[in-house]
Amino acid sequence: MGAIQNKLDGPVSEELALVRAAKAGDDSAFEELVRRYDRNVFRIAQHITQNREDAEDVVQEAFLKAYGNLAKFQEQSKFYTWLVRIAVNEALMKLRRRKPERTVSLDEDIKTEDDSLPREIADWSPNPEQQYTQAELREILSKTIQGLPPGFRTVFVLRDVEGLSTEETAAALELSVPAVKSRLLRARLQLRERLTRYFQRRENGDDKKSGSKSGDVQDVKNDVASGDGNQ
Amino acid sequence: MKCSEFLHELTSYLDGVLDEKTKVELENHLSWCHNCYVVCDTTKKTIEIYRDSQLYELPDDLRSRLRSAIMTKCQQQKKRGPQSV
Repeated sequence: MGAIQNKLDGPVSEELALVRAAKAGDDSAFEELVRRYDRNVFRIAQHITQNREDAEDVVQEAFLKAYGNLAKFQEQSKFYTWLVRIAVNEALMKLRRRKPERTVSLDEDIKTEDDSLPREIADWSPNPEQQYTQAELREILSKTIQGLPPGFRTVFVLRDVEGLSTEETAAALELSVPAVKSRLLRARLQLRERLTRYFQRRENGDDKKSGSKSGDVQDVKNDVASGDGNQ
Repeated sequence: MKCSEFLHELTSYLDGVLDEKTKVELENHLSWCHNCYVVCDTTKKTIEIYRDSQLYELPDDLRSRLRSAIMTKCQQQKKRGPQSV
């Protein structure tokens, strides 16, 4: 079993050239930076806020803030890491506004390690994602990650979906490296645990969706059919 | 290596940053401990499924709408002159 490779290793010097041009007043260079990272910022924002309109706002506000504060960007980190930090803060602010009854903080922690200990150890079907349509699969993944505390899902998204390194994630979230590692492990294990309910190998050898065992599968299908649920 | 130790090293293993000695011990553990093997394998699949899922892709039309809104606001901000944002 090999290691998972990070996918985001863009040419830093090219990025820096764009940043410097933008700092010097070249708006087309800034627009190129927007083009380069708008998809990433949108994904991160929607993962954190779990709301599409909020994610759209975050994309605009994060880039506008980056534009206004470009002179203050010290070039000691990648522009992208700096941008992610702005975007995460904007997204968390949205989340706090939406759920004021619950304090939302990246510092929130769960008291024990027990929540991450594997309980569900069933093996998965060989190609579990093929048991579902694209829409069903997205619904399952979206619902599953929503169940994680914001601090956990943010670390998971930055590290595993966006491909930031542990150090970059720590810098973007203003967390220590050990805190990022611990959250990442727990996020990965909790997601694995929850996905096992959908993807485990069926005892009767039928990997196709039978609908017989899990009510969750039917729930997801109903949600997809009624258009209820996140994009 | 015990199962709890395996769990502790799992993230470093999947990220490919384990030192050689620990990696060998971990893989030795996986060769006989089926439960840990399954946890390792399904955790890896979990990461891959999310990575490949194209969850929350930005549609092209929305993307260009957002970009032109951003650039318009940037230019307005520039005209107003430097200020704290």
